Amino acid sequence: MAPPSTLSSAGPGDPQQLLSADDVPRVVDRIAHQLIERAASSTSSGDGLADLVLIGIPTRGAPLARRLAARIEAFTGTAVDVGTVDITLYRDDLRTRGVRALEDTRLPDAGIDGRLVVLVDDVLFSGRSVRAALDGLRDVGRPRAVQLAVLVDRGHRELPIKADFVGKNVPTSRSQQVRVRLAEVDGEDGVTITGGEQ
Amino acid sequence: MKRHLLEAADLDRADATLVLDTAAQIESALAGREVKKLPTLRGRTVVNLFFEDSTRTRISFELAAKRLSADVINFSAKGSSVSKGESLKDTALTLEAMGADGIVVRHGASGAPHRLATWVAGSVVNAGDGTHEHPTQALLDAYTIRQRLGRLEGVKVVITGDVLHSRVARSNVWLLHTLGAEVTLVAPPTLLPVGVGSWPVTVSYDLDAVLPAADVVMMLRVQGERMNASFFPSAREYSRRYGLDAERMARLSDDAIVMHPGPMNRGMEIAADVADSPRSTIVEQVGNGVSVRMAVLYLLLGGPA
Repeated sequence: MAPPSTLSSAGPGDPQQLLSADDVPRVVDRIAHQLIERAASSTSSGDGLADLVLIGIPTRGAPLARRLAARIEAFTGTAVDVGTVDITLYRDDLRTRGVRALEDTRLPDAGIDGRLVVLVDDVLFSGRSVRAALDGLRDVGRPRAVQLAVLVDRGHRELPIKADFVGKNVPTSRSQQVRVRLAEVDGEDGVTITGGEQ
Repeated sequence: MKRHLLEAADLDRADATLVLDTAAQIESALAGREVKKLPTLRGRTVVNLFFEDSTRTRISFELAAKRLSADVINFSAKGSSVSKGESLKDTALTLEAMGADGIVVRHGASGAPHRLATWVAGSVVNAGDGTHEHPTQALLDAYTIRQRLGRLEGVKVVITGDVLHSRVARSNVWLLHTLGAEVTLVAPPTLLPVGVGSWPVTVSYDLDAVLPAADVVMMLRVQGERMNASFFPSAREYSRRYGLDAERMARLSDDAIVMHPGPMNRGMEIAADVADSPRSTIVEQVGNGVSVRMAVLYLLLGGPA
């Protein structure tokens, strides 16, 4: 039943598993712990969590941000503000790739001014989505600082952008496709990579 | 989406829903923000080409284009070379040569936007042509209904007034039908078009009879500028039979809403206390118009040229 996990057993077009359904929650937990640690050390009072806002980038960054918030609350008992910022209208590839339907933008009532915003996305690739999200945030308010948490960093940056929290670093070739599935959107958790020659 | 928005009858259910959903997302994304501006159409040029007078539609399109960072050129026939006799085609080719990506056109002749669309490379948006269509008005009306009532499927909409001359009524009939609402037209027989029998609507001549079952009452403006024949005996009689006053409004169910595309003739088709009542969505319609037009401009102009 388990999908093939090594290159030798997989055909050229078959997806290879990078993270299993059991791995994903563990990785999310680890990032949650790192966020708690970083938030605590980032303010003199030691309780940086009240300051923290997790902003997911749709589609899969949004449930990922909610999961991280739920885990942080489970570990510390402190509820963390969560939001989403749809970046479609800030993208630089609409002209080449066409328009698409928009997704939710929801910000916490307390806003983001003066707070520590952590952008959350599933895969960090060219960095252009993060650039769009930063532009979007700038129109919404002025955070004290913005950091970036991603489930998978697959390299090939086209902009000077670096993640602060990474679930898994994966060396890839440009032609490969990394696919993150989350139970909230896809029915089950998992990360796979497909195609390309390494 | 197609390249142009020429008539509501062109929109299928998926496209119409996409416009409404996009407008809702834009509205929520901009809600409460200090900078109500998006960079989406940076470097694109939108021309507002208005051969007929307009307040809210022109301003609404201008604001929508500016909020998406497009460059906007406003052209009104008065004070342009049109008054020297320049034709629609030559005007269009001039704008084309100047690199207009989108042309928002209002014209007194039905079908003018269709002709225009065959001459230019950019997208054409019909902002009202003669007695034909005004698709963005229908879209913002549908958006307002969905926002207030939470649905469009099965909603009973009564459209009352000068249906004969009303492009708003035509666009609403087609769009609301596409979106699953049930439309009833109420008007004096003289103000109904000849072909109304082929429209997907019910026709009535008795406003009082249809009000109790209605979820939405849409009042149309009595278009003084098009009243060139004896369509009804007197304004007073029209108002008594087809106008919406407080007494009539009381027949509506509790959740029903009252709409008017503007500009209103207070005291004629709608009484002032009705227009200003909590049921009235007239001011919301104007605000929603900007979101809906942003959605239309984004969907038509945001992608590859």
